[in-house]
Amino acid sequence: MAGKTLFDKIWDAHVVDEIKDGPSVLYIDKHLIHEVTSPQAFAGIEKRGLKVFRPQNTVATPDHNIPTVDQHLEIKDQLSRFQVNKLTENCNRHGITLYGLSHPFQGIVHVIGPELGITQPGMTMVCGDSHTSTHGAFGSVAFGIGTSEVEMVLATQCILQPKPKKMRVNVEGELSKGVSAKDVILYIISKMSASGGTGYFIEYAGSAIRSLSMEGRMTVCNMSIESGARGGLIAPDETTFEYIKGREFAPKGSDYDEAVKKWKKLKTDDDAVFDAELNFDAADIEPMITYGTNPGMGVKISSHIPEESKIEKSELLSYQKSLKYMGFAAGEKMVGKAVDYVFVGSCTNGRIEDLRVVADFVKGKKKADNITAWIVPGSKQVEKQANEEGITQILEEAGFKLRQPGCSACLAMNDDKIPEGKLAVATSNRNFEGRQGPGSRTMLASPLTAAAIAVTGTIIDPKTLL
Amino acid sequence: MPSEKFTYIESTAVPLNIENVDTDQIIPARFLKATTREGFGENLFRDWRYDRNNQPKADFVLNDNKYKGTILVAGKNFGSGSSREHAAWAVHDYGFKVVVSSFFADIFKNNALNNGVLPVQVSAEFLDLIFGEIEKNNKTIVIVDLEKQEIILKESGKKENFEINSYKKECLLNGYDDIDYLLNLKDKIAAFEESK
Ligand code: SF4
Repeated sequence: MAGKTLFDKIWDAHVVDEIKDGPSVLYIDKHLIHEVTSPQAFAGIEKRGLKVFRPQNTVATPDHNIPTVDQHLEIKDQLSRFQVNKLTENCNRHGITLYGLSHPFQGIVHVIGPELGITQPGMTMVCGDSHTSTHGAFGSVAFGIGTSEVEMVLATQCILQPKPKKMRVNVEGELSKGVSAKDVILYIISKMSASGGTGYFIEYAGSAIRSLSMEGRMTVCNMSIESGARGGLIAPDETTFEYIKGREFAPKGSDYDEAVKKWKKLKTDDDAVFDAELNFDAADIEPMITYGTNPGMGVKISSHIPEESKIEKSELLSYQKSLKYMGFAAGEKMVGKAVDYVFVGSCTNGRIEDLRVVADFVKGKKKADNITAWIVPGSKQVEKQANEEGITQILEEAGFKLRQPGCSACLAMNDDKIPEGKLAVATSNRNFEGRQGPGSRTMLASPLTAAAIAVTGTIIDPKTLL
Repeated sequence: MPSEKFTYIESTAVPLNIENVDTDQIIPARFLKATTREGFGENLFRDWRYDRNNQPKADFVLNDNKYKGTILVAGKNFGSGSSREHAAWAVHDYGFKVVVSSFFADIFKNNALNNGVLPVQVSAEFLDLIFGEIEKNNKTIVIVDLEKQEIILKESGKKENFEINSYKKECLLNGYDDIDYLLNLKDKIAAFEESK
């Protein structure tokens, strides 16, 4: 019999029951919740007269719908305030740990899980948010779910879920200077398209992936969903174990040693077979940027928007619609376009390493006059560390506006909206029409690219400045 | 959510011939501040449907009186993006019972099924055919028969089978719900926790 993939091993170890010709009953180790996708789930279980089945397995924080200024004051927007208060009430009533707005652990769910050591190898994790795939960087099976499924987990700590197919994406070789994890994943998605991963769970492997820091691996796994995949994971290794060591909720002392022994076994067997396998060469990857309105529409910054003749017939309408929305022409070159906003933040690139990259680049420089630059740390801990390392000061001196932690302009549920028609370069993960505010136009890129553009005011390949 | 039983639908259809319709288009994030499941239909496809002054955009299909019905026919990769179930609620609340496409994003598919909306995945050719017939005749009747797993164009008689796993089919036909199913397994779940 062929060996098992890492995904199979974790999934199979969590199957409580199987329905013939139907989904599996999957046990969930950790459940993260936030204010936007949980209220209807709490209402659902309460309507059935139920309590949360395993409150200790759920952790909550508000992130999507919160202001990023004056967080110590009452939230001004009435609906947002109501939703955030609802989360507090629900958590209190059901005995769920909540890191509220004033708590030092508050932040974007996918940033705080790893930084607090909640996310650990071999776990199953879910959250009512598609970027739950981020946690796969630790060798866990983590994926986003809908609110009915949040309700299932609250009620039974399980969900019904069909087992996805398995894909492996190998990136071998060495990444060149100026190329980051974000470029790697934008490159992969540009090759796979925004639907190429649908039905699959991806394992990322190869020497280029191994060489990434945990932050970089999180960036890669985070955007798995942008290829349509349910999630992505990377086998844990020394980099993983080192990152986890000493974190708030990580196992300590001999428990940690025991855990590492177990975690070391978490890898795909040599003879395991995947349903699909893709191979990329790290040397082909350059700094990337998107030109259209889905994350699959990415190109090398140094190149051009593809000509219409290069687009598959079935994609043609979407392509034309995208260019019309973005105000771009087929075949146009990317470099030199004037940009209005730079947004550094989100669960893709709002971690301390990302802020360091930006600070390193802009140190002693000033942002261009035409640019409004926002930096939004992914969590209170990131914010604190940025203050301690002097990053905050560097960024402020360069003319960047620092905001308080939250999802912010990534989805523009709060006041952090890119105005209609304005062009933004964002380190987040989605460039959908209106994602950053009605009529806003978004181009996705790495923190280094964003920093370079903030300084020059136009699209530029950061490699030319290194 | 326990939903109405779903068996057989015969209706004219609304054609949305656009690919990669993402969840931010189905229901923009700024409408996700509600804490109940109701009322999202009003804002379905909000920014395609209304201009900045909240006036209906004449060129969008939901504003075109020619097209009505409980079946939405959409281009490939419908529902990509966010896990927000609000997208499925909006589709349902607006009055659609079926979405037909040649490809659905996984999470949207689950969310739709959990809300009594049937995602019918057809071949690219059959999808083209449906769009073609509706374009020729906006009164084209589409039949979706869940029992037989068939989608039929009534006038031309052209049809195709679609897949659905038998568990989900049972749930829809009977109006069952996953949580009831899971609640019956509580002892088994507790035993599983013990054995870990
Ligand atoms: S930062 Fe953006 S992508 Fe990440 S959880 Fe928040 S809204 Fe979603």
